[in-house]
Amino acid sequence: MTAPTTTPGISDEVRELANQEYQYGFVTDLETEVAPRGLNEDIIRLISAKKNEPEWLLEWRLKAYRHWTTLTAPTWQHVSYGPVDYQDIIYYADPRPKKQVSSMDEVDPELRAMFDKLGISLGEQERLSGVAVDAIVDSVSVATTFTEKLAEVGVIFCSFSEAVQKYPDLVRRYLGSVVPHNDNFFACLNSAVFTDGSFCYIPKGVQCPMELSTYFRINAADTGQFERTLIIAEEGSYVSYLEGCTAPARDKNQLHAAVVELVALDDAQIKYSTVQNWYPGDADGNGGIYNFVTKRGMASGRNSKISWTQVETGSAITWKYPGVILKGDNSVGEFYSVALTARRQQADTGSKMVHIGKNTTSTIISKAISAGHGQNTYRGLVDMRHSAAGARNFTQCDSLLIGKDSGAHTLPYINVKNQTGQVEHEASTSKIGEEQLLYCRQRGIPEEEAVSMIVNGFCREVFRMLPMEFAVEAQKLLTVSLEGSVG
Amino acid sequence: MLKIEELHASIDNKEILRGVNLDLKAGEVHAIMGPNGSGKSTLASVLIGREGYEISGSATYEGQDLLALSPEERAAAGVFLAFQHPVEIPGVGNMYFMRTALNSLRRQRGEEELDAVDFLTLAQERMKLVEMDQTFMSRAVNEGFSGGEKKRNEILQMAILEPKLAILDETDSGLDIDALRVVANGVNALRSEGRTMLVITHHQRLLDYIVPDFVHVMAAGQIVRSGDKDLAHELEANGYEGLTPRSAKVGATV
Repeated sequence: MTAPTTTPGISDEVRELANQEYQYGFVTDLETEVAPRGLNEDIIRLISAKKNEPEWLLEWRLKAYRHWTTLTAPTWQHVSYGPVDYQDIIYYADPRPKKQVSSMDEVDPELRAMFDKLGISLGEQERLSGVAVDAIVDSVSVATTFTEKLAEVGVIFCSFSEAVQKYPDLVRRYLGSVVPHNDNFFACLNSAVFTDGSFCYIPKGVQCPMELSTYFRINAADTGQFERTLIIAEEGSYVSYLEGCTAPARDKNQLHAAVVELVALDDAQIKYSTVQNWYPGDADGNGGIYNFVTKRGMASGRNSKISWTQVETGSAITWKYPGVILKGDNSVGEFYSVALTARRQQADTGSKMVHIGKNTTSTIISKAISAGHGQNTYRGLVDMRHSAAGARNFTQCDSLLIGKDSGAHTLPYINVKNQTGQVEHEASTSKIGEEQLLYCRQRGIPEEEAVSMIVNGFCREVFRMLPMEFAVEAQKLLTVSLEGSVG
Repeated sequence: MLKIEELHASIDNKEILRGVNLDLKAGEVHAIMGPNGSGKSTLASVLIGREGYEISGSATYEGQDLLALSPEERAAAGVFLAFQHPVEIPGVGNMYFMRTALNSLRRQRGEEELDAVDFLTLAQERMKLVEMDQTFMSRAVNEGFSGGEKKRNEILQMAILEPKLAILDETDSGLDIDALRVVANGVNALRSEGRTMLVITHHQRLLDYIVPDFVHVMAAGQIVRSGDKDLAHELEANGYEGLTPRSAKVGATV
C-alpha cells in the first residue's frame, strides 16, 4: 500500500528550498505569568483554579489526566522525532496584563504591533473585512470583537474560558461529545491541561452573518499550547470558521496538542478552514513546532454537513486527521487539504470519514507537496458501518515532489461493512517536471515564479474551497514557503 | 540575427550536435529538415537553454552570446520556441499563464505591464489568427487539449509574445490537414521583416504552407546541405539517403 517515492533532481538550486528564513521569526516581550514546569494533579488544579472553573470541569480534567498517565505516545505515524519530556513543559502561561481588556484600545500596544507584523491588524480587520477576530496569544484570549453584532442574531463567539463561566450548560453538554477525554494520547493530554480556545454556538435557523476567525499564536518560550475549540451548529444553522496560525522562531521544539470538536445538528452546516504557518524548524531540522492535533466533527443531524479545508505549510512535525462522523442520515463530510513540507518537515496527515447514517457521503481531496528533505504521508480512513446503507466516498490523493530528497507516501485504509457502499480512491504522484519549468521559463517566467505558479495550480481544487481572503493569503503563504526553492 | 558556429552538444557523453553552422538574418525563414535522430530538436533545445548538455562552439544572437543567458533571459531577448510536445500545467489558467509570461517579458525589458483588460483585448485579437475561441483561455494550460489544439496554442503564444526569433519544432507533427492549414496561416500572418523563423520539420508537407527562404538538411548532427525551397522537394522525391555529413558516420541516434 505504501509507495515511497523520490525523484531525480531538477537542478542544484532546488536544494535551497529548505533554507528559506522563516518570515515571522520574532519574539514579543509580554508580561507573562507562568506555572512551574511539569505536570501533576496540582498543576491541573492550578489551571482550573486560575480559570475559576466549576467542580465538574476540574473532575473531567483529572479523569483525563489519570487516563493519560496510563497511555504511551503513539509510534505508528510515519514521522520521527526525539522523545518529548512532558515534565519539562510549562502548562500554563498568561500573557494578559492584570487589567481586564474591554476594548481594542486597551490591548497591549506591543501585542498589537506583533499582529501588525504578521499582517493581521485587528483594527483593520474589524473595520475593513467584517471578520470577528478572537485573538489568542499563548493561552488566553485578549481581544474579542464583533461580539455584540453576533449577539444580535444570538450567535455566541467567545473564548472557551468565558463560555465555561457564561454558558456552562452548553459546554458541559458538548465538551468531549465528539473527542472524548480518553480519545488518544494527545487529545487526552489536552483534556487534562487545556487552557483556552474558542467557543462558538449558532442557534437554530441562524446563518452566521460573518466569517468567524481565530488567529493563534504561540508566544512564551517552552509553553505547550493546548487549545480547545468547540463549535455547535443548531438545527438549520450555518457557520464558516477560519483558523490561522503563525508562531515565532524557537530553538527548542514546542508541542502543540489542540482539540477541535464540531457538532452539526439537523440540516446544519459547518465550514472550518485552517491556514497553518507555524515555525517549521531550521534547515537542519532543529526547532519547529510539533503539531499533534485532534480535529473531529460530528454530523449528528439529518442532512448535516461538515467541511474541513486546510492549508498547512508550517510545523516541524504535523500529525492530524480532521474527520467527520457521519451519524445523521444523508449527512455530508468533506476534507480538502494542501500540505507542504520543506526543509526537514514531516507530515503524517489525512482524514477519517466514519459512515454510520444512511446515504451519507464523504469527499477527501488531499494535495501533498514535498520539497527539500520534506516527507509527506497521506493517511486516511474510510469506514462504512453496517448501518450506512447507500454510503458513498470519493478520495483523491495527489502528491507533488520537488527535488530528489523529498518523499511522498499514501496510506489509505478502507473498511466497508455495507454492501451498498461505494468507495472510489484515486492517487497520483508527480514531480515538478523539468519540462514544465522549462516551458514557463522559455515564455519568460523566472524559475521561482514558475515553481510557485505550478504549485498553486496543483492546489487549485483546494484553494477554491477557501473563503476569498483566505485563498489569497494561502496562495501567498505557499509562494513564501517555496521561496528559495530554486535559483 | 543569429549566427551559429561550430556548435557541438553532447548529453551523457553522447555527441548529438557535431559542429553546426548556420547564419540567420532578420526576416528570413529557414527550414531544417532531416531524419529522426539527426539532432534537429537538440539544436532547438540548446538554443533555448535546456539544461543537461555539454556545449562548445558559439551562438551569437544580436551581437550577444546567446549560450550565456538563462532560458528566461533568452525569452526576454526575443527567442521563442513552439514546443514539439507542449507540456500540461494543471490548474494554471491559459489566460493567466500567457499574461504572466507577457508581463514577465515586459518587466525584464523595462516595459510597463499590461492589466487584465488590456491583455484580454490583445489576446482576443490574436486568437483570431489561429481560430481559437474564448473557451481555450479559461482552460488550464494545454490540459486535455488535443494535439492540434496544443499546436495552435503554441502559435497563439507566439502571436502574443511577438518574438524576434521563433523556432518551430515539428509544429506539423500530429496535425490533420485542416489543423495544419490553421497553424500555417497563423505562422504566415506572423512573418515580418524583423522576425526570423527557424522551422524544424520532418516532412516536406509543412513547407508547402510555410514557404521558406532557405532549406537546410541535417544529418548526424551537422548541416549537410543547404539550398532554397526546391531542396525540400528534392528531398521529398529522393529521401534522405545519400546525404553524408563531412565527418563521422551517418545514422547517429538520439
